[in-house]
This record gives sequence, structure tokens and C-alpha cells, in this order.
Amino acid sequence: MYAAQEGDRAAYERLLREIMPFVRSLSRRRCRNPADVEEMVQDTLLTVHRVRHTYDPGRPFSAWLAAIATRRAIDLVRRRQRVSKYESTDSQLVETFPGAAANNELEAVQSADEVAHLLQQLPARQREALEMLKVRDMSAAQASKVSGQSAGALKVNAHRALKALRGWMQAREKP
Amino acid sequence: MMQTERVIQELVGELQPVRRLRPPALRAALWLATVGLLVGLIVMGFADWARVMQRMAVPRIALECAAAGLTGISAVLAAFIVSIPGRSARWAALPLPAFILWLAASGAGCLRNGWSLHGPGGFVGDSGHCFGFIVGVSVPLSIGLFAVLRRARPIAPLPVAMLGTLGVAALADFVLEFFHPFDVTVIDLALHLAGIAVVMLVGVALRRPLLVDASR
Repeated sequence: MYAAQEGDRAAYERLLREIMPFVRSLSRRRCRNPADVEEMVQDTLLTVHRVRHTYDPGRPFSAWLAAIATRRAIDLVRRRQRVSKYESTDSQLVETFPGAAANNELEAVQSADEVAHLLQQLPARQREALEMLKVRDMSAAQASKVSGQSAGALKVNAHRALKALRGWMQAREKP
Repeated sequence: MMQTERVIQELVGELQPVRRLRPPALRAALWLATVGLLVGLIVMGFADWARVMQRMAVPRIALECAAAGLTGISAVLAAFIVSIPGRSARWAALPLPAFILWLAASGAGCLRNGWSLHGPGGFVGDSGHCFGFIVGVSVPLSIGLFAVLRRARPIAPLPVAMLGTLGVAALADFVLEFFHPFDVTVIDLALHLAGIAVVMLVGVALRRPLLVDASR
């Protein structure tokens, strides 16, 4: 880490690879979903990068790293809990919609296919931004690192994607 | 896994040398020394020293003043320490003994002085100014403190914000002791505590924009 703070890229790459099993095992204690564990690992790597200037070579590296990994894992679990508060997997929920069409499960499946089809119509960067920020609930910083788009561009693209989808859906509902 | 590999490549690709933060205790000492110098000049210039000496001759008031100062110093020190990943969360309890001592000394004053020293028409009296003083002094101190604390990009900003704002509010209360025109009363203590609570609540509410980068 000391070499990485000095700008040694080879040492930094070795470090990031070596800490992955440790970070992954810490993340698994908080979550069993492999995709979420991987997201926790990525969040931790990004945070390590962001706060690498706070590491004091005279102090234990493992305590510094464990604090970051634990914090990021807790953050992700809380994010998931927040999202799940507003979502439901109850298949009966569609039957509470006033529109008769929405109560038909086959119709719902067709709508899902249609949404998937509409998503494919979006420009690649808009689709990517929408998926990362709104579906996977990634932070702007993390999505920016993964996609290569700037945080601002991601937000704009996600907004445009939602607007386009809304427009298509409204056009479809009109007789 | 593919995305994790991509993240590693990105991070390695953009690695630049960084300047390590100095030890948190040293950074806290530098901040406290700067603030101490500025506040000291103001107190030296504007305090009524005859009255201050008269007040400080009472051991309980001197203890109250010292405990407020110690609360401020220990809370600021703790804020710097807990802003660094891997430091024990127990540091957050550092200002507790001084804070309890300050409450105890103030409480003893309340027992002695009752609800209010003021006349029938002025139950709150000058204590309202105390509230304004604590909040007013805490605002610039908080801005200055958060500007330094955010260099650590705290991964858990809540305890950092709580300790930092407790620190500046307690320091404001310490400075107030040099201008306080009367001994503590229940109403006065309540308004001091309300001032500290308001400063802490605002600091905690604004912790993300003030302490964490906009990108995360």
C-alpha cells in the first residue's frame, strides 16, 4: 500500500488482487447473494482507491481495509433494504390494479417482454446508465468507473432513457 | 467477476501518487491551535476581564468553563480520529467524561440559582443571547472544521459530523463563558444545550454535502 501511495501501479494491481479474497469473505458474512457480494467487493475497491491517502503505513493495513469493507457492505445491505421497502414480489399484486388488462398475468408477462424490447431500442449508453443507476442501484461513482461514462453523463443518460421509455409507454396506451 | 476485473484495471490505470494525511491528532492540534489563536485574540480584546476574574474565582464556574473547553477539544480530536478508517469506534466516547463534568458543574449551578435570575417579565432574559451566541460562533467554526475533516473523505460521516459539531458548539460555549453576564440557571442551561443540539442537528443533516464528495 505504501508503494501504491507513491504511485507504483504494479504494486497497486498486486495489492488489489491480493485483498480480493479477504474482502469477498468479509462481504459474504453480510450477504449471500453472489451478485451483491461482487458489488460489495467493487464498492470496497473503489473506496480503497478514494481514501488511499488516509492509510498510515505505521498502522495495521488489515484493520484499515476491514473497516472499509465492512462499511461498504453495511451500506449496500441498507440500500437493498430501502429498495425492497418500495418493491413487492407478490404476484397477486397485479390483481389490485383497477384496469382489467393489468389483472391478466399473461398480459403482465407480455408487458415485461415489451419493456425488454423497448429497452433494446434505447441507445447503448442510455440503456447502460439506466441499468446501472436505476436497476442495479449502483452509485454514480461506481457506475462511472465500470462504464467509463462520467457521473454527470450517466445521470443525464438515465434521465433521458426514462423519459424515452415513458414516452413510448404513453404512446402505446393511446387508442 | 468481469466487472470487478474491469474496476481493477480502471483503478490501476488512473493511479496517481497521493500525499498521505498527517496523523489525526496532529491535524486536530493544528486546527485547535489556529482556532485558539483567533478566538484568544477576540477574547483578549473584548472580554471584561475584571468580571471574568470575579467569575473564575468561583471554583464551580471555573470547573464549568474548563469542562466546556475540554469537551470541545476532546470532541474535535475524536472527530479527526474517527474520520480515518480502522480507528476504534471507542474514540467517539472521548468527550463524554468532560461533557458529563460540564453538565454536573452546570447542574450544581442550577440547584443554587433556581429557574431564572431574571425578573417576572424576563424569565428567559439574556439567555436567549446565549443560544444565538453558541449557534452564531459555531457556524464559522463548523465550516472551517468540516473543510479540514473532509480531506479524509470519511467512510462513515455520521459520527464525524456529530463529534465535530459537538466540538465546535462546546468551544463556542467555552468562549461564551468569558462574556457571560450572570451565573447559570435552569433556563440558561437549557438554552445552552438547545444551541448545542441545533448545531449538531444541522451538522448531521448536512454531513453528506459537507463531508463527502458529491460523486459518492
